Amino acid sequence: MPALTVREALRDAMAEEMRADPLVFLMGEEVAEYQGAYKISQGLLEEFGPARVIDTPITEAGFAGIGVGAAFGGLRPIIEFMTFNFAMQAIDQLVNSAGKTLYMTGGIQSCPIVFRGPNGPAARVAAQHSQCYASWYGQVPGLKVVAPYSAADAKGLLKSAIRDPNPVVFLENELLYGQSFEVPEGEDYLVPIGEAAVLRPGADVTIVAFSRMVGHALAAAETLAGEGIEAEVIDLRSIRPLDSETILASVRRTHRLITVEEGWAFAGIGAEIGAIVMEHAFDELDAPVARIAGADVPMPYAANLEKLALPQPEQIVQAARNACYVE
Amino acid sequence: MATNRRKSRSKTAAPGEDARLPASGHELLGYYREMLTIRRFEEKAGQLYGMGLIGGFCHLYIGQEAVCTGIKYGLRGDDSIITGYRCHGFMLARGAAPGAVMAELTGRASGVSRGKGGSMHMFDQEHAFYGGHGIVGAQVPLGVGLALSHKYLANGKVSAACFGEGAANQGQVYEAFNMASLWHLPVIFVIENNQYAMGTSIARAKSGTEMFERGTSFGIPGRQVDGMDVLAVKQAIEEAALNSREGNGPALLEMMTYRYRGHSMSDPAKYRSKEEVSKVRHEHDAIDMVRTRLLDESHATEEALKEIDREVKAVVAEAADYAQSEPEPDAVELWTDVMHAV
Repeated sequence: MPALTVREALRDAMAEEMRADPLVFLMGEEVAEYQGAYKISQGLLEEFGPARVIDTPITEAGFAGIGVGAAFGGLRPIIEFMTFNFAMQAIDQLVNSAGKTLYMTGGIQSCPIVFRGPNGPAARVAAQHSQCYASWYGQVPGLKVVAPYSAADAKGLLKSAIRDPNPVVFLENELLYGQSFEVPEGEDYLVPIGEAAVLRPGADVTIVAFSRMVGHALAAAETLAGEGIEAEVIDLRSIRPLDSETILASVRRTHRLITVEEGWAFAGIGAEIGAIVMEHAFDELDAPVARIAGADVPMPYAANLEKLALPQPEQIVQAARNACYVE
Repeated sequence: MATNRRKSRSKTAAPGEDARLPASGHELLGYYREMLTIRRFEEKAGQLYGMGLIGGFCHLYIGQEAVCTGIKYGLRGDDSIITGYRCHGFMLARGAAPGAVMAELTGRASGVSRGKGGSMHMFDQEHAFYGGHGIVGAQVPLGVGLALSHKYLANGKVSAACFGEGAANQGQVYEAFNMASLWHLPVIFVIENNQYAMGTSIARAKSGTEMFERGTSFGIPGRQVDGMDVLAVKQAIEEAALNSREGNGPALLEMMTYRYRGHSMSDPAKYRSKEEVSKVRHEHDAIDMVRTRLLDESHATEEALKEIDREVKAVVAEAADYAQSEPEPDAVELWTDVMHAV
């Protein structure tokens, strides 16, 4: 299998789907001539031309709404946000116009659209550019929410998202863009939305993570293995639909659960998973569910404070030890 | 409404002036019947609301009938229309069955949105009507998106994006203006200026230029139109649509209109005098203007118009009966239509 960066995988996914379906187009700030603020859309303008790779002014609410309207009109837009922090300017269009219309119209009006871009903390960009929106969008019935870790999942999930007849919020991570992973070849390689992946089997404790935190979870599992604790690592991949079954099946084996996310713990993805496990596997738990999350503060700038605000592999290791009642 | 006609750039003559726009008797009778249907329908909706059969928010279109009717006849049937929450008139104008619209208002399974959308959320794909949107101003970028789809598909269609003069103060409206003009999209921005954004009169909400001039800095030509004159609305829309279809980009039309009822059913409308409402009703009513002309030009007799009134009343009564007798959605419908299965 060839190795691709997440950046290349995302580009390939869009290019393949644009070749396959003339209704698919990409719109956003700097996606065309600049080739993407993070160079995700490299080469797309050259291949598909300005009618299908559309540079917008800086105008999130406007182009998000235009994307939704274009989807109403029968197109299949991919809307790139330079970061999901800026999508807050447009969140009404994502939630109210894209997410609710099928239901409000009794099934008449579909909205096949993908909103994608980097989400969550990057590096040293401080409070207004570092928020994770997984739980915000994940809260909305009518939206699918995806947050891949590997390049293979980035490609397979983005292709699935573009083909999906529903609106999909596709949360990427800037710090993963340059990381390389093996990616299966072939234009038919798809990853279904709504299925988590068990990346490492283990019998002692379950660690659930998504996006960049999967890397931390795998690193923690490696450390734990050296201590004789076998951690099972689950990459959620999709936030909604959430693959509760894979999580519950794992907890029924390990009886211990750690959740990891960069966003805030309050009403976060870990809180949701904890509630699901309590509702469906309460008697299986041998230790309280532990949530590792971003510190409950706006993201600080200083390097040392930023590190303190973000989940670190050592915290996951310690939480696993605690769950296993190991000193 | 006539208050700002002095400043109008519209080519339309004021009512009472000699230059009546040409229209056949057949055409005028059609407008009369359709506008009257909308008015009677809305009056009935108001009654059903008072009886507790319609819930929540219910924004009536009474007074503004010439706008949606003129838009309908100024466009082709497959041109797209989108508007805000005051959408019942557009549904009826575009051809939805009155019974199905009323059944939506009463929250019944046979409503146009199967009882799940209510007053503010009605779509009619068959007639290219795209809602029915509850967030003030949000429909304007959506309408530009529809125009983008028309241009992308090269289908020759035009998009009409309708919003009130209150919505015209939302920022995303200007984001939409900018891109629509930048990309020469076939969209007509229609401001339905009914003078009041809920309880705030336009004088208390607007700075700077007239509403129809608000596209000027984006290179969008603007024009004020007598929105109580269905023929003036139709003509202005036709001209803008023709221009847009030829690839010349968007236009902005400010329809000067007036709503006789409150913003919604819960609004006692204490922010304006009864005399103000009464003056418009008696001196510049959209339906009366057509009625007077039909009689003046001997296209119809009083008796013939009364017969139309009776027929319209019967249609609306039937719609109301239907809307009350149809069942509510099945409980299982709570969980359907959230997403398409893949």
